[in-house]
Amino acid sequence: MGLDFSIIPKYMDIILLGVGWTVGITVAAALLSFVGGIIFAVIALYAPWLVRQPFRLIEWVFMGTPLLLQLFLIYFGLVQIGIDLPAFVAGIIGLGLHFAVYNSELIQTAILAVDKGQMEAARTLGCSRAQALRKVVIPQAVRAVIPPIGNNMIALLKDSALVSVIGVSELTLSAQRVIGKTYRPFEFYILAAAFYYVINLCMEWVQRKIERRISISR
Amino acid sequence: MTEQTHFVEIRHAQKSFGTLEVLKDISLNVERGQIVGIIGSSGSGKSTLLRAINDLDPLTGGEIWLDGVQVNKTLPHRQYEKHINELRQHVGMVFQHFNLFPHMTARENVTMAPKMLKGLSQADADRLAEEQLDKVGMLERIDYYPSQLSGGQKQRVAIARALAMKPKLMLFDEATSALDPELVEEVNLVMKKLAEEHMTMIIVTHEMDFAASVCDRVLFMDKGVVVEEGPPSVLFKNPTQNRTREFLRKHIEGAS
Repeated sequence: MGLDFSIIPKYMDIILLGVGWTVGITVAAALLSFVGGIIFAVIALYAPWLVRQPFRLIEWVFMGTPLLLQLFLIYFGLVQIGIDLPAFVAGIIGLGLHFAVYNSELIQTAILAVDKGQMEAARTLGCSRAQALRKVVIPQAVRAVIPPIGNNMIALLKDSALVSVIGVSELTLSAQRVIGKTYRPFEFYILAAAFYYVINLCMEWVQRKIERRISISR
Repeated sequence: MTEQTHFVEIRHAQKSFGTLEVLKDISLNVERGQIVGIIGSSGSGKSTLLRAINDLDPLTGGEIWLDGVQVNKTLPHRQYEKHINELRQHVGMVFQHFNLFPHMTARENVTMAPKMLKGLSQADADRLAEEQLDKVGMLERIDYYPSQLSGGQKQRVAIARALAMKPKLMLFDEATSALDPELVEEVNLVMKKLAEEHMTMIIVTHEMDFAASVCDRVLFMDKGVVVEEGPPSVLFKNPTQNRTREFLRKHIEGAS
């Protein structure tokens, strides 16, 4: 049995639905990982010892264990303590927090790299430390980490395929389902790969846009 | 405890970093509208003294009073932070390296604190920015980012930023030391203009000519003490202390 790409259009709707889920989950998780990364970074650097401890535990769990396990824990494990999340929500939370921890590391370094004269200047105007962080230090730190965070977001896109294991019909699982009907693994895996590539290009484009806007404003 | 009678009153200021004593029992009074210059070699403690006035480098001993309020009073942490933040709104500071916010335009640099701390509307803040930037001759660059400005222009924006909080005291920490020689004058002119408006100023500087021309009084500091102080006409022309003479000779030779 040779290759037959003409079969693709017939199942395109299923694949496109998968693309939709992958994009939706990736964008939502990326936003969560970005906001979460900033919050984690500020806690790690400035919160009192007692507040830092639970976050160190979260950090350890998300950095030190497989993402697959984390998804299982959030989706299947939390049900036992009465938290029954829809699969795609569990997927967004798992991916989002996982990458928030990685983003937090980047943002912490960037915050520490902002010249301390910046904080001083804001404080001498009468700003509190929190106000100075919010308006002066963090915006500069975030600008500095856009390129490496972009890399993390590409990794997030690829790892979004893992949420298929908790039953979210994203791109990879959609491809598998079509293959289950057609027995055409090569055609549909290649098609899925092509879509991942296109999404990747779009993300790089968005990242370049953001970087350009920032470089103008410096 | 005596009643505070001077606008700025520093009593027995003492500051140590570990075993290193940077300020040794310094007392200084500044009256409203006065301009006081502080000169001295690096490491003499002059910047530390200046930075103690708005509590950037808190003292380890002594008291600082500003317009009837003790700067470094003993308060629980939260209340102290509130007290200091409120007090700093009335004390403008200008740094050697400008410390402009690079992600904000000149306008945004000037309006950030008034908007956040005084709740100014955007329209009022814009008017304030125009007024302050005009004063320092930077109105034409109001929507420029710091990276698009020269050092002298940056420092003028930084002065406008400090003035926008309507301070009653301005602190200058070597405001022209990081500037190319040809850019010093434009900043000095702005400071002279403030002097004419009777702004109270304390100026840490390496520029003897400038100190001589604008200051009512000049202090010479060395190794954490005030060696000599007086009107510039006396201190620069007829210093009584050997250390002052030594410093001035080196400095004037070095400059020429």
